[in-house]
Amino acid sequence: MLEIRFHGRGGQGTVVATILLAKAFFQAGYQVQSFPFFGVERRGAPVEAYVRVDKEKILLRTNVSTPDHVAVQDQTLLNSIDVTRGLKPGGWVLINSPAPPTDLKPFEKFNLAWVDANSIALKHRLGTRTHPIVNTPVIGAFARILGMPPIEAIVSAIREDVPGEVKANVRAAEEAYKAVKAVKQAKG
Amino acid sequence: MKRVLEGSHAVAEAVRLAKVQVISAYPITPQTHIVEILSDYCSTGKLKAKFLRVESEHSALAALIGAQSSGVRTFTATSSQGLALMHELLHWSSGARLPIVMAEVNRALGPGWNIWMDQTDSLAQRDTGWIQFYCEDSQEVLDTTLQAYRLAEEVNLPVMVVLDAFFLSHTYEPVDIPDEKDVDRFLPPFAPKFQLDTANPCSFGQLVTPAFYMEMRHDIDRAMDLALVRFGEIEEEYARIFKRRYGAVEAIQCSDADIILLTSGTVTSTCRLVLKALRDRGEKVGILKVKLFRPTPAEQIRGALKSAKKVAVVDRNCSFGAGGIFAQEVRAALCNLPGHPLVYGYIAGIGGRDVTPELLEEIYWKTKNSEVPEKESVWMGLQEVAHGTQRS
Repeated sequence: MLEIRFHGRGGQGTVVATILLAKAFFQAGYQVQSFPFFGVERRGAPVEAYVRVDKEKILLRTNVSTPDHVAVQDQTLLNSIDVTRGLKPGGWVLINSPAPPTDLKPFEKFNLAWVDANSIALKHRLGTRTHPIVNTPVIGAFARILGMPPIEAIVSAIREDVPGEVKANVRAAEEAYKAVKAVKQAKG
Repeated sequence: MKRVLEGSHAVAEAVRLAKVQVISAYPITPQTHIVEILSDYCSTGKLKAKFLRVESEHSALAALIGAQSSGVRTFTATSSQGLALMHELLHWSSGARLPIVMAEVNRALGPGWNIWMDQTDSLAQRDTGWIQFYCEDSQEVLDTTLQAYRLAEEVNLPVMVVLDAFFLSHTYEPVDIPDEKDVDRFLPPFAPKFQLDTANPCSFGQLVTPAFYMEMRHDIDRAMDLALVRFGEIEEEYARIFKRRYGAVEAIQCSDADIILLTSGTVTSTCRLVLKALRDRGEKVGILKVKLFRPTPAEQIRGALKSAKKVAVVDRNCSFGAGGIFAQEVRAALCNLPGHPLVYGYIAGIGGRDVTPELLEEIYWKTKNSEVPEKESVWMGLQEVAHGTQRS
């Protein structure tokens, strides 16, 4: 079973990102479970949401504490939150950022990827300059680094679920899928 | 067709398919998503129901008592403090023999103010004459809601479909949404046995003297007995159409088990993993999932537990001063069975705390390694606290 944790801020579509990702995995033939951190959400405040993916029906009904991979929708969270908390060694950390973090020390046990989802979102007019909605480019990039689900499943989940701007969201996801950069730095 | 849905959405889909005619509700986390979706369905015409926005949960149920008395199918949803506020009218709905269906999202009662999972809110309403079902996953929530209407309308008692806060209400997973035509076959339009009718004027809720009140109460108790039988039949019929069946209880690998973990709600799901892990290590363990809480399926509980040596009851609730509520019920069901197993009570996962596979294993080993239960219920996973309200 794969457990994935998304970090973001209230208003960035973090919960929706995990729902879309779960739907994409489901379309690709997996069993899924997705849920937000069980709390009270406020705009701008740090939020977490999770996806579980498995070949078989998912029976585990607990919070996710030791994820296999992590996505960070807002790089400013790196200053306030330990985004690698409980992350299994060798897992991917995908950060929405134009460049890799300057301090790589906290990530030495993990594989690191980054994508400039803010620029991609703005280019496709998703959200506003101060509040770009980055969830679709982030899941597009995430699908690339994990090698699953196929980008076609991501696109189809967006088509099924995103209420407006479907084309722009699809293009943003596809662009991020191509643009994401990664370094496999975890040893072993 | 299977779709990835939120648990709350699964409830709303069942209510839509049941063609409910009047919905009345007041928002409270974590129930709110259910009625949000339904209010959307009502405004877009996806569900042709009257949606009543009221000023409190007390009014929400009062409005349904009125609506249901006029012979229509009704629905409400609530949680925690909202259910507590309905308390008086919970008694009224069963006493008036109204087949109202409610989704109850288990949430802790305040203070301390807490929006997370805890069963005490619904279990505290055990004597109100409502049938209560505890569900394990979102599919079961949807199926049980449809069955609830059939059962409620056959025995003229209200039904609570209970689901875990967040672990179900806010979790997305694949759910098979039945076809409307199949649901229509299973659940025909509501045919009231009595109703307010201007063509045939009558009055409900009059003074009942000692000459008749006791017989009316006895009739409610008999309707509960009947519900136990009818539920089995309704499930049979549901399984024939939809190929899914859950049972009032589900005995999982109980026949050769020395120790049986008794669970309800989503804890059962996590416990299935623990069962597999322990069985793989040669432990003779089983699970008894209790879905139907009222009426008590005592005979089925006795049947599943009779050859075990010990029962470990996992309660996500507490009756202060008496321990876990499921544990009390199980002791009551077993006490006249000669040579019955010892009952070990455990309280876990209160106020949204996780009930992890590790915790469930700890409960298993603690039960296996204790010759007799150390007390009525043992609180699991407590943190050390420096001071409390007690003077030493």
